[in-house]
Amino acid sequence: MSFEKFFNTAVSAWMSQEGPDSDIVLSSRIRLARNIVDFRFPTLFSSEEAMQIITLFERTFAHRSYGGAGRFELLKMSELQPIEKRVLVEKHLISPHLAEDSPFGACLLSENEEISIMINEEDHIRIQCLFPGLQLAEALEAASELDDWIEGYVNYAFDERLGYLTSCPTNVGTGLRASVMMHLPALVLTQQINRIIPAINQLGLVVRGTYGEGSEALGNIFQISNQITLGKSEEDIVADLHTIVQQLIAQERAARQALVKTLGIQLEDKVFRSYGILANCRVIESKEAAQCLSDVRLGIDLGYIKNISRNILNELMILTQPGFLQQYAGGALRPEERDVRRAALIRERLKMEERRKMEGDER
Amino acid sequence: MICQECKQRPATMHFTKIINGEKTEFHLCEQCAREHGHMFTFYGNDDFSLNNLLAGLLNFQAPMKEMTANAFPNPDVLQCETCQMTYHQFTQIGRFGCVDCYRTFARYLPPILKRLHSGNTAHSGKIPKRKGGVLHLRKQLAMLKQKLQELVAREEFERAAEVRDQIRSLEDELRRRGEGDM
Repeated sequence: MSFEKFFNTAVSAWMSQEGPDSDIVLSSRIRLARNIVDFRFPTLFSSEEAMQIITLFERTFAHRSYGGAGRFELLKMSELQPIEKRVLVEKHLISPHLAEDSPFGACLLSENEEISIMINEEDHIRIQCLFPGLQLAEALEAASELDDWIEGYVNYAFDERLGYLTSCPTNVGTGLRASVMMHLPALVLTQQINRIIPAINQLGLVVRGTYGEGSEALGNIFQISNQITLGKSEEDIVADLHTIVQQLIAQERAARQALVKTLGIQLEDKVFRSYGILANCRVIESKEAAQCLSDVRLGIDLGYIKNISRNILNELMILTQPGFLQQYAGGALRPEERDVRRAALIRERLKMEERRKMEGDER
Repeated sequence: MICQECKQRPATMHFTKIINGEKTEFHLCEQCAREHGHMFTFYGNDDFSLNNLLAGLLNFQAPMKEMTANAFPNPDVLQCETCQMTYHQFTQIGRFGCVDCYRTFARYLPPILKRLHSGNTAHSGKIPKRKGGVLHLRKQLAMLKQKLQELVAREEFERAAEVRDQIRSLEDELRRRGEGDM
């Protein structure tokens, strides 16, 4: 497969759009955990119950269109290759838990990959809507409408006092997890982030690395989400998160300005050195790649680098993960082979930008 | 993957035992793993760190047990009739087995929920449409009552009177509809 073809099929439609504040906020995500009455939770359900739930959703929603999101396709985890599952995880369309530990797991995926409904993960269903940039309220509205649509066909487990009943008591109530991915290189560089994270935690929010709990903040990307799901309305939860995210955006922008002022040419040098590495490397580990990509993205935001599209960070952070590398290579790769492939893929992506730029200039 | 022991439930726990260089793999569901006495500390998955932590939080309930021993049934024998999950198991795993667990363990949940949700124990968010209009009406009623108090506190009596009338008509509506539902 040619790189461009691979690239075009690998990048979700929503990823190539820019959202509000997308210089700092990469994406906004809403997840709603729901369960269906009459079935035990996935912790204890039987394989028959699991199959019944999959069949119910397959019959009701697979191949059906939903608004602008397109048709839903049902993917059964048991029928996917390990690399295919990894790719879905790397695109944040399913959780690692669904891919690895849910033998009866499935996923309804919309054509534009904006919506994914995980089936038989920790809860019977988890509705997920992903939007570019800071669009939490929009994502909540979309998820809630989808929730209403699904509720027209299935009977949700709901208690008047406790709200939506979930398998884990940490999700009961709204079942809502709202999260944003933020690129915060200046707060990391100025070490302010070490002070900010504990403060955010005290406000009932959680800060994590790129791939959720326990993962590292590769490439200065942080995921911030709500922890409390009970006692607050969906709108309030989202509004609280939105407020904190806006404050973080303001702090990151201020830190960037301060860095430009104090470091000047040194900051520019750091950015272009990283660009040089990405454009010329032959072997690169994921950690170094993530750091260089973060620098280049900062360089784009600061106007140092002009010919590269802003999405490069989101795209390459995902494309250089092991699943995608192996899909691109067409088979399993050893870690050292991946480092070579990763370097090649990044160079290809940068060349693609140059070609686009040249075509643009000719026009 | 199906649990190799009961051959029914999905295997959610995977561990490898190495004795004298000989490797044996186990794929069990949580129930069978428990019955076979395997330790939960064998969880190798990141995902479980939260649940382990949670189980710790839930177990913290032990002193509560003594306090409430006279008023409540012994949580050790408390078991959900629908899914057979015991309260003890729930505190170990940190997850419910089914919807009815919430009812079975109801007495012990408020302190847990308070700890997890910053002191909150009651839902104040979305209500599914299917649950009927009565719930929506009750929610609206609660909101109006709060509004009434605020208006009275601000001495805006004219608007308060309007809200009071709205409350009355809502209460009438609930009484009419509520016979079977409330």
